[in-house]
Amino acid sequence: MSGPTPPLPRWADLFLLPVINLMAALFVCGLVVLAIGENPIEALGVMLKGAFVYSGGLGYTLYYTTNFVFTGLAVATAFHAMLFNIGGEGQAYIGGLGAALAAFAIGAAPGIVALPVAIAGAALAGACWGVIPGYLQAKRGSHIVITTIMFNFIAASIMVWLLVGPMLEPGQQSPQSVPLPEGSYLPKMHEMLGAIGVETAATPLNASFLLALVSLAVFWVLIWRTRLGYNIRAVGQNPQAAHYAGINVPRTIIIAMAIAGGFAGLLATNEILGISHRVILNYTAGYGFTGIAVALMGRNHPVGIFLASLLFGALYQGGAELDFEFQSITREMVLMIQGMIILFSGALAYMFNPPLARFIARISAPKREVAHG
Amino acid sequence: MADFLYQLLLTFDATLRIAAPLILCAMAGIFAERSGVIDISLEGKMLTGAFVAAAVAALSGSPWLGLICAIFASIFMSLVHGFACITHKGNQVISGVAINILASGLTVVIGIALFRRGGQTPTLGRDERFKPLDWIGTETLDAVPLLGVIYRQLISGHNVLVYLALLAVPLTAFIIYRTRFGLRMRAVGEVPEAVDSAGVSVTWLRYRALIIGGVFCGIAGAYLSVAQGGNFVREMSAGKGYIALAAVIFGNWRPLRAFMACLMFGFLEAATSRLQGVDLPLIGEVPTQLMLALPYVLTVLLLAGFIGRPSPPAAIGQPYHK
Repeated sequence: MSGPTPPLPRWADLFLLPVINLMAALFVCGLVVLAIGENPIEALGVMLKGAFVYSGGLGYTLYYTTNFVFTGLAVATAFHAMLFNIGGEGQAYIGGLGAALAAFAIGAAPGIVALPVAIAGAALAGACWGVIPGYLQAKRGSHIVITTIMFNFIAASIMVWLLVGPMLEPGQQSPQSVPLPEGSYLPKMHEMLGAIGVETAATPLNASFLLALVSLAVFWVLIWRTRLGYNIRAVGQNPQAAHYAGINVPRTIIIAMAIAGGFAGLLATNEILGISHRVILNYTAGYGFTGIAVALMGRNHPVGIFLASLLFGALYQGGAELDFEFQSITREMVLMIQGMIILFSGALAYMFNPPLARFIARISAPKREVAHG
Repeated sequence: MADFLYQLLLTFDATLRIAAPLILCAMAGIFAERSGVIDISLEGKMLTGAFVAAAVAALSGSPWLGLICAIFASIFMSLVHGFACITHKGNQVISGVAINILASGLTVVIGIALFRRGGQTPTLGRDERFKPLDWIGTETLDAVPLLGVIYRQLISGHNVLVYLALLAVPLTAFIIYRTRFGLRMRAVGEVPEAVDSAGVSVTWLRYRALIIGGVFCGIAGAYLSVAQGGNFVREMSAGKGYIALAAVIFGNWRPLRAFMACLMFGFLEAATSRLQGVDLPLIGEVPTQLMLALPYVLTVLLLAGFIGRPSPPAAIGQPYHK
């Protein structure tokens, strides 16, 4: 390397670098597709068509997007406090339990009462599952990464136990709970649009999408416009400095993890209150892990998180299309793309930083370069 | 009573079979983490190894070739991990997550492209797998009460990879505590600056630790698909890599203790599956699903300092900046 790396301009850091990382990830995936004897450009075309063009494609894409917004926010909130929350999956799973328990507790109430209770139940249960690792990190010094990993497995075990035991619907073979009371169902988007005279294809997209948008706004206000958000960022940047500034560091960590878990728990509003209307085994289906990729790509900013969620929503929906169009490519391709994106936008995030910075410095200030000799 | 003892013996036998991949991965984890690199990608490396071993064994008919290729594939994943978090100083946890997800996706994508069986590999014949080895003297020792049964069930009759797993423990202990490389590797996990100022490359030491870990994870993967099972099934590592990581922590990053933790976790699982549906006095029916969460619960309690005090390597998780 020749000399120190010049600083990267803000626009390049926020837009160019993430795009380059994404392109690198997709390029490597394209090589894998080539290696198994298919045409990567064609595959990309099929995915784009499946995600946006076909009837109902957009609805499905936005339905997946909703999930990723919630789990992405769960990872991002913790990231701002420099905590790595791998537990989104477990927090979302327990969130489903909370939604169901709250819905059963309120019983056959009208939607205006039952829905807020069920949604609060989801967030609260998720928050509880996030707050324990937060507490253990803040007060007992356990490593949050390991604890949240372990909590994913503990959540999975508890849910299996509940779903094949106490919560199993009588006469059911597959592990799933009794249907929730009808008051706790979220309205479908095509029904809501139909009510005001707009006809759209029937898709799983439901009102939780709006909740996801609200959550993004809440996240922005929380992190950048409140005292708590300031504390969270201060703890994340430098815990010692935050401590000397009078911030209660352990308390901030615990609250940040509670909020993170709450966002993850809201995944249940889409999957359970919106679609299945019951708790199903493994209903989180890895969305919690995708949240890591979403937060990394979205740079922990609400706009970025939304765009990254949209990208992954399109990948998931378009990936389903691959099953129909190709012999040897299936939706597992999406898992591989996800892994590549986490690798390039996360672990290798700054691999292209020095060359890019030098390149930009050279084309934007050729005279200074000469002066330096 | 004799029946109970026999059942116990069978449970110990199952314990060893369940623990073998855990032991291998735990030793891999010890190498990585003692050198200062967090390794949550044990799971992904094992899964990669399992797929490659089964695929190569199915295509070539040789389990040994499968094992060797599994080791190389797993080392490749280790190198990706190293490239991201040693060379480019990326976040070690993120890199590990990436490798785990990549492995889940790649094994199925390539599996479908190669075999068109929905991500599974063809079932291997008897000769394409690692067979149980019957040790000499099982017949003669059968006459001896107790000892004969123990010899036949517990000591003899496992496949070669189980014995390899058992050998991995003293080998790891020897390398870590008795060789120059081991001493330097431990130092790099505690005070990398000191090693660097002594003129030894931190980067190369950490890479070597990861490569050794890759070898062990590859063997563990081959064990799953070519010795214990007869083909590769998607997601067949099923969280074993994380249990191994738990064992590393439980064993306080020491080979012998981690080995004991693996045996304990293995025994828990073996006992759980034996107790399935059994009504015990006082407790009633055993909640097997909850029992399976015990390794994770115990690890959380240990990390929180409720049982003993964990002492991880001091420089773990921090990329080294010269």
